[in-house]
Amino acid sequence: MKPFTTLDALVAPLDRANVDTDSIIPKQFLKSIHRTGFGRYLFDSWRYADGGGEAEQDCAGRPLREDFVLNQPRYRGAGILLARENFGCGSSREHAVWALQDFGFRCVIAPSFADIFHANCGKNGVLAVRLDGAIVDRLFREVAGREGYRLQVDLETLTLTTPDGRVIAFDIEDGLRQRLLHGLDDIGVTLGHADDIRAYERRRAMETPWLFPDREQVISRK
Amino acid sequence: MPPDNEADDMAKTLYDKLWDAHVVRDNGDGTHHIYIDKHLCHEVTTPQAFEGLRLAGRKLWRRAANLAVPDHNVPTVHRERINDPISRLQLDTLEANVRAWDVPYIDLFDERQGIVHIIGPEQGASLPGMTIVCGDSHTTTNGALGAWAFGIGTSDVEHVLATQTLPLRKSGNMRVIVDGRLGPGMTAKDIVLHVIGRIGTAGGTGHVIEFAGSAITDLSMEGRMTVCNMAIEAGARAGLIAVDDKTIDYVRGRPFAPTGPLWDKAVAAWRDLHSDTVARFDREVRIDAGDIEPNVTWGTSPEMVVSVDGRVPDPDKEPDAVRREGMRNALRYMDLKPGTPMTAIRIDKVFIGSCTNARIEDLRAAAGVIKGRKRAANVIQALIVPGSGLVKRQAEKEGLDRIFVDAGFEWREAGCSMCLGMNEDHLNPGERCASTSNRNFEGRQGAGGRTHLVSPPMAAAAAIAGHFVDVRNF
Ligand code: SF4
Repeated sequence: MKPFTTLDALVAPLDRANVDTDSIIPKQFLKSIHRTGFGRYLFDSWRYADGGGEAEQDCAGRPLREDFVLNQPRYRGAGILLARENFGCGSSREHAVWALQDFGFRCVIAPSFADIFHANCGKNGVLAVRLDGAIVDRLFREVAGREGYRLQVDLETLTLTTPDGRVIAFDIEDGLRQRLLHGLDDIGVTLGHADDIRAYERRRAMETPWLFPDREQVISRK
Repeated sequence: MPPDNEADDMAKTLYDKLWDAHVVRDNGDGTHHIYIDKHLCHEVTTPQAFEGLRLAGRKLWRRAANLAVPDHNVPTVHRERINDPISRLQLDTLEANVRAWDVPYIDLFDERQGIVHIIGPEQGASLPGMTIVCGDSHTTTNGALGAWAFGIGTSDVEHVLATQTLPLRKSGNMRVIVDGRLGPGMTAKDIVLHVIGRIGTAGGTGHVIEFAGSAITDLSMEGRMTVCNMAIEAGARAGLIAVDDKTIDYVRGRPFAPTGPLWDKAVAAWRDLHSDTVARFDREVRIDAGDIEPNVTWGTSPEMVVSVDGRVPDPDKEPDAVRREGMRNALRYMDLKPGTPMTAIRIDKVFIGSCTNARIEDLRAAAGVIKGRKRAANVIQALIVPGSGLVKRQAEKEGLDRIFVDAGFEWREAGCSMCLGMNEDHLNPGERCASTSNRNFEGRQGAGGRTHLVSPPMAAAAAIAGHFVDVRNF
């Protein structure tokens, strides 16, 4: 995973509450067996005017919806998405984070996130920042009022800095912060505790033997 | 329930008990490694996880703790005909991965195939007291068995394959108590839609919800699964229901369930899977079952729900600006006007299926309404998609398939089907559907399609009438 330390990026505002992962990346694009290439389908039915694309479609010639925020020239190249309550609700599809990331977003700011989406961000080096609703409101107003609005994100100091130098503090769990800062591979860390896992399995095999059958279940076609 | 004599601060909720039993290690930073007893897999969220394992040269930690089945992409008419090459590749990839890693697998042509959340309990692969995960948010369904079951992303799927654990932070304890008796014709689906309408789609965020109260314990196991299935739609990490005699009777004799002395030992342990009477919850919501009416969603979020006797609400009456804008977007997408009676909404398609409502009880309830009647002329398609091959066989044994076919419904093979339309069953732009599934998000059942979530009897009645009707006087 790519480490996340600081980010200085353009902010794009998505002014809707309860944005679900079906909207972030519609199901027809989940058929890919890879982790990359989802960016062109991000918010597909909101971005394109053709009523929805097909899997593996080349998006270069598709008509765009001019009024959708990410299609506006002033937000081209944005790296931070400003969003509303309960962002990323619904399906657990990690493809939603892959699509945001592939499109260029490395940070999402919202008053609240759905739990699974928040966890998926952390696994992919995308920083999900929870801020008080009133602060988010003010950011929405500032972004709308000033073209080229950027934020500086610093994960060392846990701060956001606005173009006029205002510093906004945020908080994330320390374990997650460390993993993001160092780009740690979760699985590698866990396998360092393999002895603990084996000890747990031995104990549970005594206490709850039905969960550890001697004869492993074999499935034959019926 | 045995009396609890513990002091107040020793008392545990069901979730506390499940958490404590599965802690492998305390990482000292607020996270704990939690042991995962069962990992269920399907074709959409696993290919990248297996690929990750392969690239990193890692092994599968415990082969037999996994169970895989194809469900999201599968055709529900001719099994062998998968026209979309990309769907085909995903199904083939699952098959290649389970063969390469020797993962227990129920294939597409096996009678036990079905929607992953339906076959877990049906096969006894999901048991009370387990931790159960799957790369799919509706894994919460399994919580009806008194198991702690939750959906995970693909990186976590890989983590579980490689380590049989997940580093987790404990969620809050929330309890939703539904007391009293449901009115005639009301189902588990109406309960859970009512709960979501009441607490909102973020109402359970950061929490595990235990459903309790007499209206919950009165439900069959199938009904309890419907309720826990949609806990995720209330934002909860998991849904739980305490173990009782019904749970144990349901599990007894299932293929993966323990037998003989192990069964007795397991049952003795499962008897403790309930919250202590004095346990404290961080949040509690009480609902009177008598207030629950047949629900229909009108918008593009499951919380946008009213009684079938109600009307499409008016955004102008909503004081909160963000919510008001959300309602306007929803009405535009759904092509509905404020004040329209729900019963005046005409539909084009009906879908009875999904991990929410495709168990045998759901099909019986739908058949009870449909029997001897005919699909309305304006309803161009009405699909009945059983949740598994075994549900299908049972329904055919009871003659339900004849009732459906005689009424002009299509009787299909098991799979996710039009719940998300990854196979060939989907809505076309502008089509309006009465659906027993769980999500009415924009484009969920097909780009531009409009979904109204209802119970199986309500969907059946709408198919006959051509518009929503109150099943209570149908
Ligand atoms: S039936 Fe629908 S909600 Fe359930 S697992 Fe399949 S796609 Fe997901």
